[in-house]
Amino acid sequence: MTLRKLGLYAAALLLSAWVLVPILLIALAATTPREDLYRWPRPLWPERLSLEVLSSFARQEAVLRALGNSLAVAGLTIVLATLVSAPAGYALSRYRFRGREAVQLGILATKMFPATALAVPLAVAFIRWGLYDTLFGVALVHTALSLPFVILIVASVFRGVPAELEEAAMSLGASRVGAFLRVTLPMALPGLAAAAIFTFILSWNEVFAATLLTVNHRTLPALLVHSVVAEGAPLHYRYAGGLFLVLPALVIIFVIRRYLLTLWGVTVR
Amino acid sequence: MAEIRLESLHKRFGRVVAVRDVSLEIREGEFVVLLGPSGCGKTTVLRLIAGLETPDRGRVWIGGRDVTRLPPGRRDLGMVFQSYALFPHMRVFDNVAFGLRMRGVGAAEQRRRVQEVAELLQIADLLDRYPAQLSGGQRQRVAVARALVVRPQVLLMDEPLSNLDALLRLHMRAELKRLHREVGSTTVYVTHDQVEAMSLGDRVAVLREGQVVQFDTPTQIYDHPADRFVGSFLGNPPMNFFQATVDPEDGSLRVEGVKFPAPAAYAEALAERRGGSVLVGIRPEHVSVGAGPLRGEVLVVEPLGAQKLLTVRTAHHVVKVAVGPDRALRGGDPVALGLPEAHLRLMDAHTERALPRR
Ligand SMILES: Nc1ncnc2c1ncn2[C@@H]1O[C@H](COP(=O)(O)OP(=O)(O)OP(=O)(O)O)[C@@H](O)[C@H]1O
Ligand SMILES: [Mg+2]
Repeated sequence: MTLRKLGLYAAALLLSAWVLVPILLIALAATTPREDLYRWPRPLWPERLSLEVLSSFARQEAVLRALGNSLAVAGLTIVLATLVSAPAGYALSRYRFRGREAVQLGILATKMFPATALAVPLAVAFIRWGLYDTLFGVALVHTALSLPFVILIVASVFRGVPAELEEAAMSLGASRVGAFLRVTLPMALPGLAAAAIFTFILSWNEVFAATLLTVNHRTLPALLVHSVVAEGAPLHYRYAGGLFLVLPALVIIFVIRRYLLTLWGVTVR
Repeated sequence: MAEIRLESLHKRFGRVVAVRDVSLEIREGEFVVLLGPSGCGKTTVLRLIAGLETPDRGRVWIGGRDVTRLPPGRRDLGMVFQSYALFPHMRVFDNVAFGLRMRGVGAAEQRRRVQEVAELLQIADLLDRYPAQLSGGQRQRVAVARALVVRPQVLLMDEPLSNLDALLRLHMRAELKRLHREVGSTTVYVTHDQVEAMSLGDRVAVLREGQVVQFDTPTQIYDHPADRFVGSFLGNPPMNFFQATVDPEDGSLRVEGVKFPAPAAYAEALAERRGGSVLVGIRPEHVSVGAGPLRGEVLVVEPLGAQKLLTVRTAHHVVKVAVGPDRALRGGDPVALGLPEAHLRLMDAHTERALPRR
């Protein structure tokens, strides 16, 4: 092995550890029985593991409600994001129009605008429109946050379906819409599903807007932040909540990792 | 079956003019080949006929109907793409049946027609497979079957053989010819392979930079190229060209200082050019070797089986000559070349267009 390769592996290892160690620590802490968690000095590797903390956390009514809210918001976000990103991505992938590059860049550039700067005006506007403290309002913000990425992903998914296939369908008598529905859509479906899952994760993990815009209808991250910051929730509760948030995202990313790589590979280029 | 009429079609992509003022009349049941180098606009013309592009100017008529504004699906045509464009998520059967479904043909009739065309193209035992499970030649057949099953008035093919290996290409070329005889639909076929064009086309349209340079039968195009470009694009090796001057007194030709009698057919055209210069073209197989007024030296001998190909250097030109396989000549040998009058093709020295013959 060359020195260069060694360096590369070391860097990769370091980077992985940077991400993985905290997750591991959270997982350990969340599965440590409550008494052990508060013992001092605490052993690095717990002597016993148990699901007691996790299960008592998951049985709380507030948690369950927040979980439902999170799922509803994520689902709604997927629907909204798909409704916008499918036509936008299709147009970006199929048509050459004036300012296409600019549009593409502009979509990404919206990401550069700090969300914190928008916080107060957004909250005010949502109160005025009656969207404050509604799941739909949160989904709306999540849609806006996810669109820059999702549009570019969807565009690259459609770009992966040769335009010639659509043309062949049209030459055989299909209309433009028919060609899309019968040829492009079925072929793009796996990629679109990956994009939807990606949207799900974005929404699932989003804290800022969810905390800011809800009082009674909190999503899971918002509930956790609130209970920790405002109510000073106990240690074991924090760990259990943390693991609860991380797990679905981890599992999903693991399942669709090959897709994400190709998606980003094409998009980032 | 229907005739196709293209009326001064124009198409630009941004700054690139892909097709300029193309007019063609293609007869019912005719097999017409669009031939030209890469980027000359062949595909664009085909896509204009198909309705996959709309012309900036000009009209397209199919079977006496102005289809310029009609979408591809309403033009009653079948198209075979260079990449075949088979739907990867459908079985061969569904690929072939696609056009029938779009036309609302019933299930039983679909099966019958697919079976029929599958037998015609010898793909009957492949109907259950997916395109990814087919060889290149099989995919090509499926693509043709899919286009033919709707019995289109017009069949369009864009370099359908270019993805096949040499042997298969030869085979499929003959197959396509047979198919055209059996089906008889008006066919427009795009290729940049001159041999394919010569062997398949009833008539060949040679394109260059978006324009039709010549539209005629293969023999006519080979024997009487409309300009230097056509002469050098068709034929392997291409036509030889000599700079010549026209004798001011008797109108005879002078090539490398040697006097040649001018072909009688060009007498009138040459009369106006006395004292000027012209371009003399001659096919490699027509240059006579052994006797003749031009002196040269053999540079290279390439035995090609059925013939030998000589590269000969004369005083001012390098000439390709095809001779019989038993001609014993070697590199370095001196040779005498003759330019038989009947095979000379004269062109204007500046425009490089063929001079009118009588
Ligand atoms: N969609 C397009 N956008 C921009 N330019 C195009 C487009 N399609 C074709 N062109 C340009 O128009 C010209 C003609 O292209 P066309 O594809 O018709 O050539 P061709 O004769 O089929 O070439 P080839 O033998 O390489 O397939 C080329 O210069 C090409 O770059
Ligand atoms: Mg082409």
